[in-house]
Amino acid sequence: MTATETDELASEVESLRARVEEMGEVGDGEEKMSIIATKGTLDMAYPPLILASTAAAFGWDVRVFHTFWGLDIIHEDKTANLRVNPVGPDFPIPNIVAVLPGMERLATWMMKRKIAANDTATVSELVETCIDTGVELQACQMTMDLMGYEDDDFPEEVTTGVGAATAFRFMSDAEIQLLV
Amino acid sequence: MTEYEIDENLDVRGESCPMPIVKTRQAVEKLDVGEVVEALSTDSGSKSDFDGWTAGSDDVELLSADEVEMDGETVYRFHVRKTQ
Repeated sequence: MTATETDELASEVESLRARVEEMGEVGDGEEKMSIIATKGTLDMAYPPLILASTAAAFGWDVRVFHTFWGLDIIHEDKTANLRVNPVGPDFPIPNIVAVLPGMERLATWMMKRKIAANDTATVSELVETCIDTGVELQACQMTMDLMGYEDDDFPEEVTTGVGAATAFRFMSDAEIQLLV
Repeated sequence: MTEYEIDENLDVRGESCPMPIVKTRQAVEKLDVGEVVEALSTDSGSKSDFDGWTAGSDDVELLSADEVEMDGETVYRFHVRKTQ
């Protein structure tokens, strides 16, 4: 190896070392999970809340961005009253029956009974648990306006006044990003 | 028999996922480094969940995991130490 080549290698190593140090400064070492919650049915409220509280137990920085019907999961008047949609592939009855009056109430009642029988936490309990364990729950401002929801409709720990750019910025930096 | 003492007891029998892990984490938060919490769970998913949780978290160590019969049901018993 010539002296020039050695010098080139040395300067290359130096610049790489500088980059590694720089990267170390950018990452704060805390792992992050971003969840976008878009659904407001009783069954679909569970996955984001369960994963969020579990990730918080792992010591992760977790943010759930609630948008469209996902807002209902954290809406004070709706959290405890989410319903099951009996129409579609998720519920084991024919659609022709599922569209009959009263079927939504029946399906919701059945699911709530199962939840209680299995000692599964309620949606309200899970929302509270998420807040207690430091999960940041965010309410999308654009869909709040669309649905006519006010800041007061959500628990005070919920972050309002945030938009897609806030969610995107966190997502780009997160190890796990989920759309539920 | 064991080389450590139990500093805190947590009874999450009857609760299902994710509560056993979430509540054990909350109990660990209140421990000093080196202290141990004993958690009792009846959730059959707990065994795998405690393994995964302690392996994936930097500040806890699973000292033991076993099954005992208690009040006529199988109870999963975990000893978790706060390591930092």
